[in-house]
Amino acid sequence: MAKANFEVPQLQQYAEVPAIEPGTMSHSKPFVAKPEHQEPLGFPGELVENWQEKALEKMGDLLQRYRSLRVYLDACVKCGSCTDKCHYYLGTRDPKNMPVARQDLMRKVYRRYFTLAGKYFPKLVGAEDFTKEVLDEWYSYYHQCSQCRRCSVFCPYGIDTAEISMAAREIMDHIGIGQKYCNEIIGKVYKIGNNLGLPGPALADTLEGLEEDVFDDTGVRVRYPLDQEGAEILLVTPSADFFAEPHVDGLIGYGKVFHEAGVSWTLSSYASEAANFGMFIGSYENMRRVAQRIRKAAIDLKVKRIVFGECGHAWRVAYSFLNTLAGPWDFLDPRYPVPQHICEFTYELIQQGKLRFDKSQNDDKVLTFHDSCNVARASRMGSWPGGQFDIPRAVIKAVCNHFYDMDEETIRERTFCCGGGGGLLTDDLMELRVKGAKPRVEALNNVMREKKVTHMAAICAICKSQFTKVLPYYGMEMDQIVSVHQLVSNAIILTGQRTEDEAA
Amino acid sequence: MSFLTVVYAFLFYVAAAVLLAGLAIKIAQYVRTPAPLKIPTTPAPVTQSGVVFRLAREVVFFESLFKGNKWIWIFGWMFHFGLFLVTLRHLRYFMDPVWLPIELVQPFGIYGGIAMVVGLAGLWARRFLVDRVRYVTNKSDHLILALLVAIGLSGLGMKFLFHVDVVSVKDFFLGLLRFQVQPLPADPLLLLHLLLVAILMIVFPFSKLLHAPGLFFSPTRNQVDNPREQRHIADWAKRLEQQE
Ligand code: HEM
Ligand code: HEM
Ligand code: SF4
Ligand code: SF4
Repeated sequence: MAKANFEVPQLQQYAEVPAIEPGTMSHSKPFVAKPEHQEPLGFPGELVENWQEKALEKMGDLLQRYRSLRVYLDACVKCGSCTDKCHYYLGTRDPKNMPVARQDLMRKVYRRYFTLAGKYFPKLVGAEDFTKEVLDEWYSYYHQCSQCRRCSVFCPYGIDTAEISMAAREIMDHIGIGQKYCNEIIGKVYKIGNNLGLPGPALADTLEGLEEDVFDDTGVRVRYPLDQEGAEILLVTPSADFFAEPHVDGLIGYGKVFHEAGVSWTLSSYASEAANFGMFIGSYENMRRVAQRIRKAAIDLKVKRIVFGECGHAWRVAYSFLNTLAGPWDFLDPRYPVPQHICEFTYELIQQGKLRFDKSQNDDKVLTFHDSCNVARASRMGSWPGGQFDIPRAVIKAVCNHFYDMDEETIRERTFCCGGGGGLLTDDLMELRVKGAKPRVEALNNVMREKKVTHMAAICAICKSQFTKVLPYYGMEMDQIVSVHQLVSNAIILTGQRTEDEAA
Repeated sequence: MSFLTVVYAFLFYVAAAVLLAGLAIKIAQYVRTPAPLKIPTTPAPVTQSGVVFRLAREVVFFESLFKGNKWIWIFGWMFHFGLFLVTLRHLRYFMDPVWLPIELVQPFGIYGGIAMVVGLAGLWARRFLVDRVRYVTNKSDHLILALLVAIGLSGLGMKFLFHVDVVSVKDFFLGLLRFQVQPLPADPLLLLHLLLVAILMIVFPFSKLLHAPGLFFSPTRNQVDNPREQRHIADWAKRLEQQE
């Protein structure tokens, strides 16, 4: 069990809503970005002198550019439906982690400066001056929201707290107090091409190593190409896929699927990152700049299709925003949606009977599936609403004999966040991450006991990293979290593959 | 013409003007503000008619609230449905002759009035009993509930205890519609009812009552899920592209 210098929540059999306990997480705040993290993104290096004026100016600007912000700040009736829906509230009991209370941190400022009621009757409507204390609260609690949108499912007006915390982070960036983790990473993408700062030659090495591993394993020469001009498909995948477990097993799986499909494909060293942290900090300009790299790679490599690897928020940006940010994609093959998810790609081949599997290769596992928030509530796969739930499950069931879902209240569009999304996957927020994982781990724990589940599959780099780190705090094993295409990789029978006996 | 009549006539003209102008300005603001990104809460409809159907379910059944919390849903729906029936029943003060459907709904309107008050009482109780809801409640939230309960009770009081001359009330309001001021009966309960209604009309565009128009402009609910098929781009974002 991992050691913690805070209290790890007790798992319960029946999820219960805790009583509020004000202030339990008011100490939580991520490291503040240094000038060298701020400036490459176009933000001031440190808190500007007239910060209040600048912040209100930015808020006014966002209110005119984002209908969501304007409507959501006006419309909330404080009904309470969202109050018990956030995993951070459930895990920390801090009432400021209730979605509506999180919104209120901005709403009280909005009301004070942008509405008649708040200008003349601030006490009545809960309006407050934008003081340094309020700003500190913003920094703390807008970095306790993983932008998972679970609250928006249950709000009668669809109020999406993620929109509010993105706007808050954008405002804070513009007055010079950004979050180190996100802004440093975006800087790395600009400078090197991916979040982890892996340069091209290191990628080439890694991919070569994978080819050898797969050859040793199967006797088949599966290729993992980089910067191959004229390939049909550009694969854009989170950089964690290049080396960390269990991510890399997923990448091995994608390669095997492409190999069996008989299509040529390539990775790009220029756009070697599917993640787009511009979304987490609510910066349209930075999100666009990161997304444009994919357009450039697609043009330079003359590909016809774009496929995304397993990553949750990347798939949101890809599915929902890429056409907006970096489209139109009229130079690609119009027969395929742009972009496609690797699960869609694999699913289609399975439907056509083009892949052969030996499901028994996964018989050492009993699986469940974690719906990642951004895939579940902010995007889609396939042509029907809810395809994002059906397709990954269909892929898993095609390659595994034993699969059980977790409690209905905790999957599909009601899925609980892993606790590390939205730019919070950093060690300086460990307490928040462990506590925020509680509702998901609780549901996992229940199927582990009732159905003897051993592993949980996911299609998101952040979820995988988060669980790898957090499960040990709850007395579970870090390798209980697996990639969906890792399972595919285990079971797929490559054409001409050595049989077990030959290998032995 | 009594002084009271003139005051109330003036009050209702002002209230109506504030309500209509306030709502018009707010709605114009919502219409003009773009939604630069596709953010429907998925699974979402993939066609425009699907979106209309989704919004209709939200307005009529409070679908998302139903998923979220059954108690709020029961009381909230009772209140709003009651309010809806009451509103229909009240239309008789503003038309002559009265349409048949409005005629038919009259008896139900009374149950609506009762349902409305009971629903409000339940919603109000939650604001005291549930610690999470208490935490997010402002004074204004109590005041709006108080206002609506007072309107409901004063209305029911007229119906069941102190009857008023509803024909004269109707003449007064029909007169206002034609810009002629007719005498208003001076029953205290009626004057209270009407004063509170005027206050409600005035606060509407400045308060959380904007949830009613707001729902229709909520991008998580009113967008079609088709970002791969159709490029969605806001004017200000297009300008970013042209700068290059
Ligand atoms: C399109 C029309 C409307 C829709 C869809 C709608 C929907 C809702 C919903 C879902 C709630 C939250 C649940 C609840 O607390 O009842 C709510 C609350 C509320 N609505 Fe409406 N509403 C509409 C029109 C109105 C109107 C015209 C009024 C005003 C007289 C009103 C007054 C209220 C009040 C005061 C609350 C808060 C109740 C509380 O404090 O808990 N609504 N509305
Ligand atoms: C200008 C607008 C209004 C006028 C002239 C008006 C007038 C009246 C009158 C004369 C009655 C007594 C009916 C009777 O004795 O049969 C009444 C009842 C009532 N009013 Fe209003 N009212 C108005 C607006 C409202 C509003 C906006 C609400 C709710 C928010 C409301 C809620 C009620 C209720 C619940 C009753 C009792 C049930 C019923 O008789 O329908 N009224 N109103
Ligand atoms: S978006 Fe997710 S993390 Fe943020 S307030 Fe809503 S439920 Fe909580
Ligand atoms: S569910 Fe929506 S309207 Fe209700 S309190 Fe939460 S944000 Fe406000």
